[in-house]
Amino acid sequence: MYKTLKKEIVSVLVLNQANVLARVVSLFGRRGFNIDSLTVSATNDPTLSRITIVFSATEQSMQQIITQTEKLEVVKSIFVLDRENSLYRELLLLKVNAGSEQRRFIKEIVDIYRGKIVDLSKDSMIIELTGTPEKLDGFMEVMTEHDIVEVCRTGITAIESNAVEMNLDM
Amino acid sequence: MKIKGSQVVAEVLVDHGVDLVFGYPGGCAINIYDELYRYQDKIKHVLTADEQGAAHAADGYARATGKVGVAIATSGPGATNLVTGLATAFMDSIPMVAITINVADRLIGSDAFQEICITGVTMPITKHNYFVNNIDDLEHSLREAFRIAGSGRKGPVLVDITKDVTEEFVEYSSKAPYALSEKPELDREEITAIAEMINKAERPVLYLGHGTVLSDAQDEVRDLIEKADIPAAYTLMAAGIVRYDDPHNLGMVGMHGSVAANKGIDQADLVIALGGRFSDRVALSPTKWATKAQIVQVDIDRSEINKNVIVDRACMGDIKEFLTILLPQIEEKKHEAWNAKVHEWKNKEKPISNVKNAKLHPHQIMEIICDAVDDETIYVTDVGQHQMWAAQFTKHKKVNKFITSGGLGTMGFGYGAAIGAKMGCPESRVVHITGDGSFHMNMTEACTAVSQELPIITVIMNNRVLGMVYQWQTLFYDERYSSTKAYRATDFVKVAEGFGAKGFRAETPEEFKQAFTAALAESGPVWIECLIEEKERVLPMIPGGKTVEEMIVD
Repeated sequence: MYKTLKKEIVSVLVLNQANVLARVVSLFGRRGFNIDSLTVSATNDPTLSRITIVFSATEQSMQQIITQTEKLEVVKSIFVLDRENSLYRELLLLKVNAGSEQRRFIKEIVDIYRGKIVDLSKDSMIIELTGTPEKLDGFMEVMTEHDIVEVCRTGITAIESNAVEMNLDM
Repeated sequence: MKIKGSQVVAEVLVDHGVDLVFGYPGGCAINIYDELYRYQDKIKHVLTADEQGAAHAADGYARATGKVGVAIATSGPGATNLVTGLATAFMDSIPMVAITINVADRLIGSDAFQEICITGVTMPITKHNYFVNNIDDLEHSLREAFRIAGSGRKGPVLVDITKDVTEEFVEYSSKAPYALSEKPELDREEITAIAEMINKAERPVLYLGHGTVLSDAQDEVRDLIEKADIPAAYTLMAAGIVRYDDPHNLGMVGMHGSVAANKGIDQADLVIALGGRFSDRVALSPTKWATKAQIVQVDIDRSEINKNVIVDRACMGDIKEFLTILLPQIEEKKHEAWNAKVHEWKNKEKPISNVKNAKLHPHQIMEIICDAVDDETIYVTDVGQHQMWAAQFTKHKKVNKFITSGGLGTMGFGYGAAIGAKMGCPESRVVHITGDGSFHMNMTEACTAVSQELPIITVIMNNRVLGMVYQWQTLFYDERYSSTKAYRATDFVKVAEGFGAKGFRAETPEEFKQAFTAALAESGPVWIECLIEEKERVLPMIPGGKTVEEMIVD
């Protein structure tokens, strides 16, 4: 039976302790989920951290990984982020070869995307850009005609304006 | 009062009513063992042949008594030897606490002698684990371990303590165990809806899993069966939940389950799954399982709901509590036509053997055992053909009397588990049923059975092949017997004697009966080697991924 895979973003609040990330990530791995992106950071409560995970799942496998994750002793809560009511951001750093004649073309693109040139040398520059993953993808697409040396993306971090707790239709 | 870390371990055990632990000493664990020496009038430590045996013993103890089993091991190989035992307990939801002692904290991460990151190793096979390198965390971690092991869906927890922590001093005062976590609150509307489904059903079947046993719901299950006149199938792990002679008993469901149980579920219009997880040995083809039925599932673990088979209605919670609320809403009813149909399938079933003229059949062995022992007898098995024969032919009467490795299927589980069961229930007779393959993995635990003077009767069904795989090779691999003919020359009678146990050999039912009767009179461990045919198969059989339509019956 064919099941469509959907990109999902979940936010996991965990105890801020050693080994906690390993417990969560290892669970995803051994239950057969490939993580597309992952961010971990402290929250305003020093005892808690937030892990934001992007991965692909069917509806059924989604329920399965959520209910397995919430069983971990270190997990305080887990939310599936509702796309409509959440804000996503990602940061990108891009190093591109650019001599003096290419600079202005690149700067034009960077300005349109409201990025920043944060480092400049004789023949290369580093660009910083923050935005939704789609915006970053768009920027990358436009930049492909230039001589990109290296790209780093942080992965998505997200915050819910109106989070929906995983509601299992049982 | 300030006491040493090692004494904190002993005191927490005492606070939790632990008077029996299984383990093996070692360099890092030496402080703990020094403490156990001082506590020997409060806590009995049983030395096993290896740590795997200790883990299985703690597991068998937990299964037989319902209490939390405790195993202790030293660092490195001591800890890694626990792994199979922890995984076995994890897969079967058995409450266990394993305490391992690691190298001193200053050596952690340096590849020190016998250093292993056992918390990393056991992360996927424990409910939770703790690495304790600070004396201030010790008591809390140990208490949490007991709480987690016994709460909700039960399971093993490991606490790894660095050696320096066992030597440091800390303030301690005795106190009661942490309260177990609250059970999930049952949705009463859901229960009412389920009651209506049961009341309306014409061909209902109960599918009873291990959860019914773990929640101590056998009385409520029986009430439901009788009140609504529902035939009941059970999983390997729930053997004993319905008596073998109960007219509603359909037998075991699944790959080697009965025709009646598998057909019953296939033909039902309502399947009520209580504490079962629709494993691939039960719902062999999850999309073609119980296709004519609406399925209701009750489980304490939310992640089990809709995991393998999509159900029509589900309720999360404790089975016993669920049934207590459900029962008053169930109408007394007779399903005469349905039960008559089910009985037709049942009556066709006789102990099946595909081998004619064998001198001794597995079902004869089981019959002789069952007729010779009382209702309190605990049967412990290893894994393989003998396990299935034991499950099929034991006259199950009560829960917690059939101890077997279901989820992990651990060959070598049996002897350790039998020792744990016998030490937990010294008044009960323990019969350990094994095969020559499984027994070669763990027979060294005979030294423990001898040292503890345990009158455990081990019945070895010796077919000189690794029978379950051999059976698959016969049926599905054109008799290419790759590595399943063992060509071993083990003389089990002599080996038994070498360990200081007693050994018998039987080739016919008469010889077996005689040997078993003699074994019952012994005060120490006895082995009875039974020579059976290598062609003897476990039947019926539904091949993996197939349905009841493709069941092999001869």
